[in-house]
Parts: sequence; C-alpha cells; structure tokens
Amino acid sequence: MYVAVKGGEKAIDAAHRLLGEERRGNPEIPEITTTQIGEQLTLAVDRVMTEGSLYDRELAAVAIKQARGDLIEAIFLIRASRTTLPRYGYSTPIETSDMLIRRRISAAFKDMPGGQILGPTFDYTHRLLEFEASETPAAPVETGPADLDRTMPRVLDLIGAEGLIEAASSTSGEPGDLTREPLAFPADRDLRLQSLVRGDEGFLLALGYSTQRGYGRSHPFAGEIRYGEVSVSFTPEELGFEIEIGAIDITECEMINQFKGSAGVPPQFTRGYGLSFGQCERKAMSMALVDRALRVRELDEEQTAPAQDEEFVLSHADNVQATGFVEHLKLPHYVDFQAELELLRRLRREVQGLDQEAAE
Amino acid sequence: MALDSPQSKKETTARQKWMSLLAGARKERLDTLFPRDRLPSFTYLRKPETGLVMLRGRQGGTGSPFNIGETTLTRCSIRLTNGTIGHAFVMGRSHEHAVSAAVCDALLQGPENAQLTEAVITPLARERAERERQMALKNAATKVDFFTMVRGDVD
Repeated sequence: MYVAVKGGEKAIDAAHRLLGEERRGNPEIPEITTTQIGEQLTLAVDRVMTEGSLYDRELAAVAIKQARGDLIEAIFLIRASRTTLPRYGYSTPIETSDMLIRRRISAAFKDMPGGQILGPTFDYTHRLLEFEASETPAAPVETGPADLDRTMPRVLDLIGAEGLIEAASSTSGEPGDLTREPLAFPADRDLRLQSLVRGDEGFLLALGYSTQRGYGRSHPFAGEIRYGEVSVSFTPEELGFEIEIGAIDITECEMINQFKGSAGVPPQFTRGYGLSFGQCERKAMSMALVDRALRVRELDEEQTAPAQDEEFVLSHADNVQATGFVEHLKLPHYVDFQAELELLRRLRREVQGLDQEAAE
Repeated sequence: MALDSPQSKKETTARQKWMSLLAGARKERLDTLFPRDRLPSFTYLRKPETGLVMLRGRQGGTGSPFNIGETTLTRCSIRLTNGTIGHAFVMGRSHEHAVSAAVCDALLQGPENAQLTEAVITPLARERAERERQMALKNAATKVDFFTMVRGDVD
C-alpha cells in the first residue's frame, strides 16, 4: 500500500530544473526542434501516436522531445493530453482497400495484381552503420516507368473468391470503446483489436514470437502488408452529410493462418489482423499474430499458451498502465515497509523466545 | 428533407469536395491561396475549438468496425454579413486553418463561387493529384519481381 507523503517541494523543483538542463544537453550544440523530430524520427513519432492512441504528428513530436526520447514516457504524455480534449464523435470506418499505396507486399503470392511494392523499407538493407549518412546528401530518388495502380486488390480476396479463407468478420451493432467502458472479459474481437492497437510493441512482439515458437501455434503467412495513406471521413451533426477531414498514414497486416474445418464448414484458412498508425510494421505484424491467437474461443480451439489467454494478454499489453504500476514501487512506501519490518522483528522475537524456552 | 432532391444532392457533392480539399490542404498553402489578411467580415457561430474524433477501422480490413484510436480535429462555424453560414472540420489543432476553411466554405456557397473555385479549389485539387502522382511514380521504382528458385532435391 502507498501512503501519501508531504514535503520536499523545494527538492522536487530543483530536480525538475536539473532534468531540464539534462534534456537540453550541451548548450553549445544546437537544440533539436520538434519539426526535425516530426520529419526525421518518423517511426518514433508513429509509435508514440499508435500506442498513445492519438493521431497527431506534432503532439507526438513534442512529447518525444519532452520525454528525452523515452517513448513510453512520451506515450504517457500523449495519453494524458488526450484526456483534456472533448470528444466530437466517431469517424466513418477507414477503407484500407482504397489506400494510396506506399508499400504493399505479400509473402504468400509472388505475382498478384498490382505487384509487390517495396516502398520505403529497412528490408534487404545490410544493417551496416553508415557514418557518412548524415553528412552527404541522399542520392535522388528514382521514379518508376509508369504510375502504380491507384487502388490494389486485397490479396486475401484472391483466395476469398474461392472460399479458401474465412470471411472478414461481420457482426452487427456499435463497436465497443474501451476509452468509455473499462475492458471486461470475455472481450469481443472489436475490443481486443482496439486494445491491441494501443498495446506495447515489445510485449506484442514477444507474444507473437511465442506463437511462432510453438506456444499456441497457428502457422502464419504474411498474406499482405500494406502501408500508405487513407482519407478520414466524418459526419458532423450540423451538416448531416459526410466530409473528409484529412488523411492518415496506416500500416495494415493480414495474416493467413492454419485452416480449420468443422462438420458444417469445409476446411479454410483463418485470419489474423494487425493495424497501426504510420509505418509501425513490426507492431502490425505482431498484432496480427496475437489477434489470431486470441481467437481461440470463436474458432473453438484449445487454449494452451499465454498468447491465447485474452485476460492475460489484454490486461498486460498497455504500457502506460504497466509502467504506472511497476514504477510506483519507487515512490515512498515508508509506512508500509515499517509495518512489515515490525512484523518480521516480532516473528523473530517469538521464534527466539520459543528457542530459549526449549533450551531451558 | 431538402437534401434528398437531386439539385441539392449535387450541391452537397460539390460542397463535400471543396470542404475535403480545404481540410486536406497544407495550412501554409491555404494561406497563400486564400490570404488571411483579406478575409471578409464575419461573426463566429462557433469559435475555433479543438477536440477528438475516434477513428474507426474494419476487422480484417473489410469486416465489422472497431475503434482504432483518436485524432485531433478543429472545428469552426462562421456567418458572413449576408447571412451565409460556413463550417470547417479540419484534422489537427490549427485554429487559423479552421477559420480560413470555414470562411472559404461560406463564400463558395455564394456569388464568389466561380472566382474562388478558380483561385483556391482548382489549384488545391490539381496539387493533390500531382502529389499523389509523384508518390506513385517514386513507389513504382520499388516494384519488385521475385524469382522462385527451384528446390535442389534432384535425382
């Protein structure tokens, strides 16, 4: 138990001023701007937006700077910031099928309509440090021979037409919103997906990895990964019709998983779905693995592994909650600890007393 | 409701298009095409204010909706001296962007439509299309053909 303490204001102020000085670093080195962070540390910004659960590049860049690059601290700042703003409503569901594609690959099909578009990727780089990278201007980007198709068919639709993969789920009713109602178990897939999008990348990466290593095996293929821009539409009450309010960058991963059949349904592949703001590709892939693993109930599978336990996964995926509980341990627990210390001393006195009696 | 008549539907479509372009424009670009120091006089029905919209996606990309996370949105409503009302709903937190977009929306509903379409909306539409084309051209250079190697279990 944590008992409130008072005092120490002066020391706390001084600590925060010292933090400010540390954050600034050597004053002879130019100060980094949030515009630079937004333009050049884009994947850090993408992660803070995804796990902070707020799409706003400028705010994420401010948070990263303020947090000295500690992304979980930055995510915490974004979550706190969003609570100060009113909610105007819900967007129309984004249509990732209409994405303005910047990257689109499939590990299942070599030749699919629209083609494999590598886009801006770390894949196939040599992972050698490039010390001159910051000093020489980058080589100009090449352009291709012709325009890409404006829209590209979804890879999973290619086998969906033959009935070889289950349909994307279609349940009716308003999706749940865990920012309005606390998560309760069992949780339906809409809430699980919302929870996974904001879940910690490292935690989901480890869980996804565990499913590959045999803990809740589901034999995945990356059916399609696409990254690009989708427009966002919203219907304001005062207008009564839908308008575009802007566009967001999104990464989507559709995994094709082990088939499944039953008395009524012939065997077919199953799906796992991952989504992130920006280009958090590792996150989207991990999420798709974990989403599939968590579908044990609806697919009537045996729950044997941690990644299949929704209460375990969803209760521990949020890094703001997790860091809050872990880090609260460093706050003063003096009263609590004194009580335990006193208890331990008394127990030892009693034991020693008994020993003495036995010796006499 | 009036919205159902074909005439007003057409007007709605045109308005949806210009509101989208005004919302999606870079603020600096909008300021150049529609300078803020030359706005006509207007009154606020709702001063610019920033809030959140919960973004929705679809399970499996095409299935039932779920909530992804929020975005910031700034909205503003104004009335011109001739009574025309303009609205703006713009992703992000720029109050100035929302005010300019709301005033432009009101003007586009009146006699200035042709002149403003030419000066603001047409260039924004052209630039959006050009930006998308450039992006597609750059990405086309990264289109890859993988060759499958034959596995080596031969006789």
